[in-house]
Amino acid sequence: MTSGHASTGPEPWDTKYNLRFKMSQVTIIDYGIGNLFNLEKVVAHLGGKAIVSGEPQTILKAERVILPGVGAFGDGMENLRKQELIEPIREYVHSQRPFLGICLGMQLLLSESEEFGRHEGLGLVPGKVKRLKSPEPGSRPYKIPHVGWNRLQVRDDLPHGNLLLQNLPSEPCVYFVHSYAVFPQDSSNILAETEYGLNRFCSVLKKENLLGCQFHPEMSGEVGLQILRNFLNL
Amino acid sequence: MIRIIPRLDIKGPNLVKGIHLEGLRVLGKPEDFASRYYQEGADELIYIDAVASLYGRKNLLEIVRRAAQDIFIPLTAGGGLRTIDDIKNLLRAGADKVAINTAGLANPSFIKEAAKVFGSQCIVVSIQAKLREQGSYECMTDNAREKTGKDAWDWAREAVDLGAGELLITSVDREGTGKGFDVSFIRKIAEAVPVPVIACGGAGTPEHFHQVIQEGRADAVCAASIFHYHRLKALTTIDQYQEEGNIEFIRRNRETTEFLKNRISPTSIQSVKEYLLNAGIGCRIEEKARINAP
Repeated sequence: MTSGHASTGPEPWDTKYNLRFKMSQVTIIDYGIGNLFNLEKVVAHLGGKAIVSGEPQTILKAERVILPGVGAFGDGMENLRKQELIEPIREYVHSQRPFLGICLGMQLLLSESEEFGRHEGLGLVPGKVKRLKSPEPGSRPYKIPHVGWNRLQVRDDLPHGNLLLQNLPSEPCVYFVHSYAVFPQDSSNILAETEYGLNRFCSVLKKENLLGCQFHPEMSGEVGLQILRNFLNL
Repeated sequence: MIRIIPRLDIKGPNLVKGIHLEGLRVLGKPEDFASRYYQEGADELIYIDAVASLYGRKNLLEIVRRAAQDIFIPLTAGGGLRTIDDIKNLLRAGADKVAINTAGLANPSFIKEAAKVFGSQCIVVSIQAKLREQGSYECMTDNAREKTGKDAWDWAREAVDLGAGELLITSVDREGTGKGFDVSFIRKIAEAVPVPVIACGGAGTPEHFHQVIQEGRADAVCAASIFHYHRLKALTTIDQYQEEGNIEFIRRNRETTEFLKNRISPTSIQSVKEYLLNAGIGCRIEEKARINAP
C-alpha cells in the first residue's frame, strides 16, 4: 500500500519505496493526550501495524514506539505518572529499540520544561524546553503559537547516519503547532533546525535510538509520510 | 509561511457554493476537488457542512472519512457542532481540527470545554461577520441567515480567551463576490489576537490574497470560488454528479463561469502560491515532485 495517487506511485515490488518489513509494528502510547486517530490511520496507510496502548507491558514488548501528544508539559508528565508509564518508557528506551516523540511527546524526553512553572521531564535527553521568543518592538510581527508550515534545515555535518530524514527534498516543509521548543544541551542531538521569527529551534532531535519531531509528520503531506515511512523502516 | 486553505462547503453528498453564504449551488463531488487541491499544495482543507443542523452530520463524517484516507494535511471540519461528542466523532473520522460557530455564540463555555478536552490547537472559532450600518460588524449564524446582536470584534477576542486556537473570519458581505477581502477588518482582528487569523470571503484574484496578507496581516487565507471554478473547468464528467440541489448550475457551468468572469478569475492553488512567492510572500510549494518516493 502506497499513496492514494496510484497513477504516480511506484509498483508494489519496488522495495526502495516500500516498508522493508511487510508489517512494521508501532506502538502508539495512549496517555490521554491528543488525537491519535490520524497517526494510527497514517501508519496503516503506510502498510504498518499500529497498536494504540497505554499498558506498560505492551510498551515494554513493543517493536518500535511513538510518543505523541499535544497540550501542556505538566499535564503530559502527570498523565504518564498516573498511568505508571514513566519507568516502562525509560526501560524501553534503554533497550535501544526505535522511539519517536512527536510534538509534546518529543519535549517530554528532555530534562525539564519552564511551561507554567518548572516541570521535570523524562530526562532522557539533557536539556530544557523553553517558550518561543515573542517578537520584539521593531521586529516583523509573528504569532505565538507557531502554527503552520515551515522549513527543516537538516544538518549535514553529523557523523552518524540520518535515516529518519532520508529521501527528502532539500529544506522540506512540515506542519507545526507549538509555543515551546526543545534546547538540548548537546548540540549534536540536533538533526534539523527551523527558524521562526526571532527563533531558531531544534525541529528534529536524535540521541541514539531516541528520535523526536517538533512538527506533526502525520499532517505534513508527502514529506511527513516519508519521515514516518523512514521510522517504520528502522 | 502563509497558509492557503481551500474551503469546501458541503450540502448532502455534494460540494456547494453560494454568494454571501446563500443560494447554494452544487459544484460536484467534494473528493474530485479535495484530492486535486492536496496534490496542488493546499496547506490545509476546511470542510463546512452547510445544512448539518437540518439533516444531521452523516454526510460530513463520511466525506471527512474518505478525505482522510489519502489527504495528509490538516483537515478542519465544522457545521452545526454542538456537543463534545460531535467533535469526537469528527476527529475519529479523520479531522484534525473543528470549526465552531453557532454553538459557541449560544454557549461560550462550549468553546472552553472543547479546548480543555481536545486542546486549543484543535479548536477553530468561525466568525461570520456582517457589516452593520454604524461601521461595526455583527456575528451571524446559520450561513449568515440569523443575526446574533454580538459584535464580531468583541467576540473574536472573547473566543481567544475562551481557548480558540485559531480564528476563521468570514466577511459575509464579500463572501462569494470576488470583490476582495475585507482587509481593514481582518487587520484589526489579526493585530489584536495572539492566535492565527484565517481570512475568508472575497478572493477573486491572486492579488487579493497578497493584499489580505500584506495589508490585512492574515496568517492564512481561505478561499472557495476562485479554486472551485478553476477545478470545475477541468471536470467534464458531470453526469455522475448526484442529483441533489441546484444541479442546473453545473449543466450551465460554461455560461455561469462566463458571468462570473468579471469578478472571479479562476486560479489554481499553485498559481496563487507562485504569485505570492514572486511578491516576496513565503509559502510552501508542493514538493511531491521533488521527493524520491510516492
